[in-house]
Amino acid sequence: MTAILAFIALVMLGSAAAAMISRNLVHSALLLALSWLGTAGFYLWAGADFAAFAQVIVYVGAVSMVVLFAVLLTRQNPVGDVLVEPASRKRSTAALSVGACVAAVLSAAVMSSSFPPASVAAPTATVKQIGLELMGPYGAALLIVGVLLTVALLGAIVLAASEPERNPEDAP
Amino acid sequence: MISATPESFLERLPLLVGDLIARVVPASLLWFVTSLIAIVAILAVFGLLFAFLTLAERKILGRIQNRPGPNRTGYFGLLQPFADGIKMIIKEDIVPRDADKVLHYLAPVVLVSLALMTFAVLPFGRHLVPVELDSAVLYFFAAGAATELAVFMAGWASHNKYSLLAAMRALAQLISYELPLLLSVVPVVMLAGTLSTTGIVAAQGGWKYGLIPHWYVLTPWGFAGFLIFFTAALAESNRSPFDLPEAESELIAGHLTEYSGFKYALFFMAEYFGMTALCGMGVTLYLGGWQAPCAFLEIIPSYLWFLAKLLTLLVLFMWIRGTLPRLRIDQLTRFAWKFLVPLALINLGTVAFWHLTLGWGGALQLARWALAIAFVVGPFVLMGRRLSAGVAPRTYRYAP
Repeated sequence: MTAILAFIALVMLGSAAAAMISRNLVHSALLLALSWLGTAGFYLWAGADFAAFAQVIVYVGAVSMVVLFAVLLTRQNPVGDVLVEPASRKRSTAALSVGACVAAVLSAAVMSSSFPPASVAAPTATVKQIGLELMGPYGAALLIVGVLLTVALLGAIVLAASEPERNPEDAP
Repeated sequence: MISATPESFLERLPLLVGDLIARVVPASLLWFVTSLIAIVAILAVFGLLFAFLTLAERKILGRIQNRPGPNRTGYFGLLQPFADGIKMIIKEDIVPRDADKVLHYLAPVVLVSLALMTFAVLPFGRHLVPVELDSAVLYFFAAGAATELAVFMAGWASHNKYSLLAAMRALAQLISYELPLLLSVVPVVMLAGTLSTTGIVAAQGGWKYGLIPHWYVLTPWGFAGFLIFFTAALAESNRSPFDLPEAESELIAGHLTEYSGFKYALFFMAEYFGMTALCGMGVTLYLGGWQAPCAFLEIIPSYLWFLAKLLTLLVLFMWIRGTLPRLRIDQLTRFAWKFLVPLALINLGTVAFWHLTLGWGGALQLARWALAIAFVVGPFVLMGRRLSAGVAPRTYRYAP
């Protein structure tokens, strides 16, 4: 089991590192999707099927598309212009300092929290339990998130829908 | 479902084979051997089905267009798929000079492997489920969700602006139709109360008077849901009338432009696998899975019923391809967002009503049916009228 975990960790971290090193933005985005897939693999390894499949649908299926569209739509020339120029010293120092800050905050948080010993039987949550929890105690949170996403969607449609008038010949 | 009559030998055949393997293979290797056998069986059965589907499609399309179709290779053209396969394998594989070699190679491979993974959770028969998962429906759509990434890889790696444009158009279509597809699955999950495919099939078991099955397609919301699912499945698997991603006659085959030889064949293999898997999912969700339509027909093994329903849906796909003309991209996305998505959302309300009125009996039962039918037909008619206002029915003017 530990060997599988090591392999999953290697895929996750390796693809994330390769995504940072790669000069090609599209390659970086695809490697990022591979890293998210690794996260899903980790959830599967931990026995959380539902979280793993949701991770694949949301991140590998949808968020990766958003990333790719963002990369391609912000370039002048989608085919040739996705190469990033080599990093200058200023940029690499900025990246390193930000990374060090994040690492410091995270390690401080990990060090200061206590981990109770795991119970003997691994907790098994069926999809039904997850659904009942989401609809019962966390129903309000689910609703608020849903409303937020709907508002965002409507806003995007309003921004994008600037078609002046419909030509009757064009309609289905 | 436990039937009163003892199960026939053919019905128990998968179980017997499983027992036999368990006796021969040591226990420590059992999981490995059984998974391997399941994988080989899926590859063999659906590989052959793919081969003969291409032949059936060409034959059926030929008959629809008043020509015989392939009939020279082997008796009745039966060897045609294998001849096609050999042709595709020995064809030269051309990769453009500026292409992103790795992604260009990976795209068809990723597409086919993802399409094959979806077969793992379909319940092919009473005792014939490759993998039983608690969240099988979610797994099915998770495996399908990443196909968009493969289409993008194919379009971008070709280093051809037409390929890239076509891939973006294909992505717009796939993303648009994924929404009604998923929304049309939700009602079934709501009513069956489970995400497991075996559970959904079991929930549709039993017959009224031994004749009318309890399939979801025979309820008002189920009928609407099945139609939405079927339409969205047509679009998700790039089938006519939604075959814009490929559109060989108008849009130079889209993201497939720079592919040749076996890689090109792999794209079509993935398309057929995806189509078969989606049809299998439709059978599982709405058509009662492997359940027989009448009680006395249970003597026919369950996997044959599944196969019969699957083939019916596949032939329906081909029939539609031979009948309907292709949509334009704006009509396609408008149809998804302005018609299918609202209908699917309204259908969620209908199924909630259906679920809450489960206890109504007698005359109230009639009222329940009438109201549910009104909830389904009313929005369909109103929105259809509004969407086609001023343009339909269309008058065609021909040159004198």
